[in-house]
Amino acid sequence: MELAEPPVKTKTKCYHCGLPCDDFIIASGENIFCCYGCKAVYEILNDNNLCDYYSLDQTPGVSLRHVREESFLFLDEPEINRKIVSFASDDFSRVHFFVPAIHCISCIWLLENLQRLNEGVIRSEVNFSGKKITIDFNRSKISLGAIARLLASLGYAPVIRLEGQKSRPSANRFLITKLAIAGFCFGNIMLLSFPEYLGMDEADHELKEVFSYLNLLLALPVIFYSGQAYFIAAWKSFKQQQINIDVPIAAGLAALFVRSAYDIFTHTGPGYLDSLSGLVFLLLVGRWFQSKTYESLAFDRDYKSYFPLAIQKKINEAWKSVLVYDLVKGDLIRVRNMEIIPADSFVKGTEAYIDYSFITGESKPVHVNAGDFIYGGGRLIGQPVEFVVEKKISQGHLTNLWNNEVFHKKEESRYKKIIDRAAQKFTWAVMTLSIVTALYWYLIDPTQLWLVFTSVLMVACPCALALAAPFTFGNMQRVFGRHGFYLKNAEVIERLAAIDSVVFDKTGTVTYGASEVKFNGLLTNEELGWVTTLANASTHPLSMLISKFISYPLLRPLKSFSEIPSKGIEGVIGDHTIKIGSASFVGFQGEDSTANSKIYVSIDSIVRGNFTVELSLRKGIGELIKKLSAQMQVFLLSGDHELEEKRMKTIFPANADLYFNQTPLDKLHFVSNLQQNGFRVMMVGDGLNDSGALKQSDVGIAITDDTGVFTPASDAILKGEELPHLNQFIKLSKSAMTILKIAFGISFFYNIITLSFAVSGNLSPLVAAVLMPLSSMSVVGFSTLAVNWVSRNCFRVDSLETSSPHI
Amino acid sequence: MSIIIPLIFISLAIALIFLGAFIWTMRSGQYDDTYGPSVRMLFEDKKKIKPTVNASKNDS
Repeated sequence: MELAEPPVKTKTKCYHCGLPCDDFIIASGENIFCCYGCKAVYEILNDNNLCDYYSLDQTPGVSLRHVREESFLFLDEPEINRKIVSFASDDFSRVHFFVPAIHCISCIWLLENLQRLNEGVIRSEVNFSGKKITIDFNRSKISLGAIARLLASLGYAPVIRLEGQKSRPSANRFLITKLAIAGFCFGNIMLLSFPEYLGMDEADHELKEVFSYLNLLLALPVIFYSGQAYFIAAWKSFKQQQINIDVPIAAGLAALFVRSAYDIFTHTGPGYLDSLSGLVFLLLVGRWFQSKTYESLAFDRDYKSYFPLAIQKKINEAWKSVLVYDLVKGDLIRVRNMEIIPADSFVKGTEAYIDYSFITGESKPVHVNAGDFIYGGGRLIGQPVEFVVEKKISQGHLTNLWNNEVFHKKEESRYKKIIDRAAQKFTWAVMTLSIVTALYWYLIDPTQLWLVFTSVLMVACPCALALAAPFTFGNMQRVFGRHGFYLKNAEVIERLAAIDSVVFDKTGTVTYGASEVKFNGLLTNEELGWVTTLANASTHPLSMLISKFISYPLLRPLKSFSEIPSKGIEGVIGDHTIKIGSASFVGFQGEDSTANSKIYVSIDSIVRGNFTVELSLRKGIGELIKKLSAQMQVFLLSGDHELEEKRMKTIFPANADLYFNQTPLDKLHFVSNLQQNGFRVMMVGDGLNDSGALKQSDVGIAITDDTGVFTPASDAILKGEELPHLNQFIKLSKSAMTILKIAFGISFFYNIITLSFAVSGNLSPLVAAVLMPLSSMSVVGFSTLAVNWVSRNCFRVDSLETSSPHI
Repeated sequence: MSIIIPLIFISLAIALIFLGAFIWTMRSGQYDDTYGPSVRMLFEDKKKIKPTVNASKNDS
């Protein structure tokens, strides 16, 4: 029998998404694709003359291998539709969608040419940094659900949420307004102070006066608008009887302003207004730099964004989409393939397979019978099944976790930041120093007392100190972001540096979340199509996995089909008989290693190969755990049963504790127990069942393979492929702490110099104007350079290490 | 030299106009997406290469 060319292992990349095509090569014309999803998108674009998509950026497509199909039918229910569309009239509607898959020029180009794919679309515009798309459409020609399906068919499935669907302005804008005003005033004050420093004739006395009053006028918005936040923060910390960095800053700013105003009104000097406005400007730059947020990532999601928005409910003998939060006990709902069962309920009518991997960490789909009670949150696999709702969503087994007190505590108060510890000591030192100086001058020359006292307060303003942390952590956060590790805020770095034990989740963290299907053997494309057609007819979870894995279009009808329980399936296509199932079922004679479950395929009684299905380990996870366990304690908490223990033992060191059958609450308590024993715990997980532990831990890291899909609330989001670098991120955070301490040292060094001027009563406006910005600049420059140098070294070493085995 | 005083006020007024313009552009959201517009202006507006078949049928 003639076989088609064996699929040679090449380094060919998919023309659409750029993933390597190792297992299959699917060609259309000259181009090669990794899966039929990618090919389908290519064909849509090709038919519509949209192939410029591929010329703007290389392999811009979104891989459709792991995309879960969702129907967006519920969007067409009037009630839901109204909540999502931001404007609607008969022939013009506008909607904003969040599309996490947007990532390159080609995406922008394609999504802004939607009107060429469907004439109902009037105009579409992409907001690239927010990963949002605004679509104007004519609802008499295309429905909202159809638009969402159109986007999904191109690989740009929108993520629909009820809250936050309509856009709101960012809080950052206020900060930038303050920054702009401070910068404006700073520049002008500097310009107007210049003549004074260069030395003016006595004849220009009048000019001098005008300049100083103008300066004072320009300084008003700086102190009362731009600098306002520091006074408010200082007042708050006074009320809480805690001294933080804002107290000496506010004291310094106030001293600068009052002293300058006094000097100007009494004609004794030009004041220190340039120093004041420069200080506020630099402080705000620091704030702005630290406020880097990842707009398109959400760090605070709870179960609400995991559950579907709508579900089909039987009302008066008809199925209608309703919001899931309106479900009450006794409602009859229908869930389709790959949809999530929203509430704890009873199975009605037939058996079903439910995938709980995201909820409990259990890797294999669970088989349930009619009448069984099931917990909400699982994903249905197979034919549509009806359920009778038993509990409202908010009282469900899974959602109960969110009633735990952990989710209602403010977390910031649990940590005392290094900057506040430093500020506290600093403030006491400054207070002591200024009082001692005041006493000294009181004895020597009482007329100079107030001048010297305010000078000390002025130069003690810890501007450089306050800038050290934003720039060190802010730079490090950006470095992390470039390597696929996104922090909720820059302060996470400080906690990351102090970690001494790590807890891993299994499913989705140590292993991939989705099962990998591999075919070992030889089949032509046409034969693969037959296999898919056959597998597609069955609702057994393994068949579903296979048919999803090779999503070949169903070209020829299935003539006959029979399913032999726990054996396999058999069918006839054309004049070929195809069998898929166990070794004995298809008549496989050879050696059958039982390590992995294999599914054999035979065509016309000739065995052609087998499929293997397994949860594969993430690349490099073993090495990571080895490295981590050399430095700290490592644990595994899995919701899965002990069957996996053997495999996990091979990658975890002998002294690591592995726990199985853990409920979400068990995980939370485990972490808090560790903390009570004095450990600083990092939790690495991905599923809803890790939510409690992620929240409780000192640093909770959510692993994701696609930043667009749901991740539980966490301190940081780490891309799956970057997980092996986790120990480097910890190392870098430790380096960041060292850099910060050196920066503190630099800032203290400058403080001592300026204080020596102030204490001796020699602080002229010019000295202040030179030394104060200089100290800030050198701290900023040092921390920026040091962070970049350290991180470049760290990742360079890594690339050498990992590339060496190939040489 | 006293001419410098009105000059300074004029320059300050002009600078204030620019400050106001910056704040206005920012509040109206022009800096929200700094990447999109930079590539959007490079896209060519292609005319439809083939007139849609359906449209010509309807005409006749």
